[in-house]
Amino acid sequence: MIEVTLNGEKTTVPAGTTILEAARGLGIRIPTLCHLEGKPPLGACRVCLVEVEGARTLMAACATVLAPNMVVKTHSGRVRAARRQVVQLLLSEHDGDCQVCDRNEDCELRELAHELGIERVPYEGVRAKAARDESTPALIRDNAKCIKCRRCVTVCGEMQGVGALFPQGRGFDTVIGPAFTQDLDGVACVQCGQCAAVCPVGAITERSHIDEVWKAIEDPTKVVVVQTAPAIRAALGECFDYEPGTLVTGKMVTALRRLGFDGVFDTNFTADLTIMEEGTELLLRLKKALVEKEPVALPMFTSCSPGWIKFAEYYYPQYLPNLSSCKSPQQMFGAVAKTYYAQKIGCKPENMVVVSVMPCTAKKFEAQRPEMNSSGVQDVDYVLTTRELGRMIDQAGIEFRNLPDGQMDDPLGLSSGAADIFANTGGVMEAALRTVYELISGRELPVKNLHLTAVAGLDGVKEATLKLENLLPEWAFLEGVEVKVAVAHGLSNARKVLEALKRGEAPYHFVEVMTCPGGCIGGGGQPRFTDDSVRLKRIAAIYAEDEGKTLRKSHENEQIKKIYQDFLKTPGSHTSHELLHTKYAGRAKV
Amino acid sequence: MATTTCACQAGVGEAEAEAALIARLDELLADYIGKPGGLIPALQLTQKLIGYLPDEAMRRISELFDKPYSEVTGVVTFYSFFSTQPRGKCLVRVCLGTACYVRGGKEVLEAIKKHLAIEVGQTTADRNFSLEVGRCFGACGLAPVIMVNDDVHQRVKPARVGELLKAYAAADEAAQAEVA
Repeated sequence: MIEVTLNGEKTTVPAGTTILEAARGLGIRIPTLCHLEGKPPLGACRVCLVEVEGARTLMAACATVLAPNMVVKTHSGRVRAARRQVVQLLLSEHDGDCQVCDRNEDCELRELAHELGIERVPYEGVRAKAARDESTPALIRDNAKCIKCRRCVTVCGEMQGVGALFPQGRGFDTVIGPAFTQDLDGVACVQCGQCAAVCPVGAITERSHIDEVWKAIEDPTKVVVVQTAPAIRAALGECFDYEPGTLVTGKMVTALRRLGFDGVFDTNFTADLTIMEEGTELLLRLKKALVEKEPVALPMFTSCSPGWIKFAEYYYPQYLPNLSSCKSPQQMFGAVAKTYYAQKIGCKPENMVVVSVMPCTAKKFEAQRPEMNSSGVQDVDYVLTTRELGRMIDQAGIEFRNLPDGQMDDPLGLSSGAADIFANTGGVMEAALRTVYELISGRELPVKNLHLTAVAGLDGVKEATLKLENLLPEWAFLEGVEVKVAVAHGLSNARKVLEALKRGEAPYHFVEVMTCPGGCIGGGGQPRFTDDSVRLKRIAAIYAEDEGKTLRKSHENEQIKKIYQDFLKTPGSHTSHELLHTKYAGRAKV
Repeated sequence: MATTTCACQAGVGEAEAEAALIARLDELLADYIGKPGGLIPALQLTQKLIGYLPDEAMRRISELFDKPYSEVTGVVTFYSFFSTQPRGKCLVRVCLGTACYVRGGKEVLEAIKKHLAIEVGQTTADRNFSLEVGRCFGACGLAPVIMVNDDVHQRVKPARVGELLKAYAAADEAAQAEVA
């Protein structure tokens, strides 16, 4: 521990603490446009400059490690003047389009300019060349707005291990983008949108589907149904100034109904369906391996997260047979809505519009994958991010905070707590094991409160072992088997598991991978800004939603039983395979 | 389609040689692979061997160094030393660092452009010369300085650049005559 003085207050901090970290610990907020918690400092934006007694120049707080007896002023007149100048210089290059920018509400640069009292930009700067990249289904890049903070480079490279973005060129002409500044569709981008989630300005955003959705709602010839992913209910409130981690399920349902959707349903329903199909698939693979001694791809990987699927297609095509053939809950919903539900209400698939609300940008990509048309037309028509839904609610003049709670519609609105936890890292694994274990043993998953805590939380790769004992006679072949599972979130962690697998050091049966840190609750389409404290609050909210239900296991969902009875027959049936399963193919890294 | 004789028969051989070198990059760059800071010297060596950095070479290096392709091209586009276009046999680099600039580097550059009839970043039609500018070669006391391949020429006068470059062209012709 070392003693230092920050803004006149003596304090002790562990050796190696940066000025920025120490200040945060004392409740002093030093602004920064480039720093990301837990990542090495970049010192790129120069906004966190502070005054260190005895130092000739101002120092970047993010990159300066405190020395014993250092005396630091974080908001002195000199510091404020310097910060103001830095931000004025950033603004002089920034072709912000501010009045109509997508980030108008939550632009960090604009907020900082306001905070620093900047009323005009005295410098007539040369602007970066405008180069809008609309080449991909999910993301739009606008180089003219980029302030070259490199947060996107950090998340794409280090957190996701994709590295689609990197500074190209030098000096003023630097462009943050794919190799040789080509468009994003020319490189192996997985469309996860973590870049858009951390961008402080409007340089990377999701491709909006808001206009298309309004058009569909206002078209009297269309039946427009909406599904909401589990992670939305724990984050949408943030668009309306609720604390992160506030559950707004009931208000969300009412808001969707008032927006004019003809059916307000839940992706959770098809999350339960996923568990039935994926659990069955896992048991079949285990049976093949253990009883029939046939070669079978194990471990099986979950397949709910479209960024992960695209990642595997680019980087690990040799493991595609290991991916569960189950479509994601979003795509299962689209397929079921336009067949099972459409038949029920006497609507042709082509007259039905399925809208998803997702915490995710990659879902926009997934919805338009050419194979996702099991109903004969595109199964999911439009995908809104949580942020886009928040904006639509505003556009409709709905006062979200004053809404009464509503209930999801039948039959695609009923879901278990197991479906809720799909939003959290470790949740799909826990949900699957709740059902699989009970199916083969006749007893509840033997863990406290049904939570598999070993695979919950924010550690990058988590493992658990479950010994199967006293099984039902038909599953006796699994007696004594120690099922080994692993959970990874953030694609660089998935890469760790896959590399271990390559080396023969990953003896797992079942692996859950979610593209984004924390799982879907930390998705690229969630309200900004998501850091670990926000992730943990949303995770806790999702567990609370699960625990608040009496129905907590997918196989106990009456509507799930009914859809099998009336329509799908059994998990893994021919109809199931046609509607709920898919195939993957390797992609050239281009 | 009319059959045309390829104007650059020599180019075919070069392409083969290039491909052969790229195929051997794993052994050629063995000293650098997996070492921190190994990327830049590996790119330098590759450029020295091939003459420039073809796309396939950069992709191969990205694999060998387990770094995203965007990062390799980021480094290549950052340093003016690296070229992704084929270069002439002689690379002429004119220093425009502060000392050389004030002592007439710009005039030297203009004279060379005029003599070779190319702009900065271009290569002459006979593939003999490429022209680039540098920012300080660390020989400020000798300003203005130009480099032709590894040779440093000091106190260059604009009026004498033609003579200076002709010597290289002549040396090259002599070398080729010897081979023939």
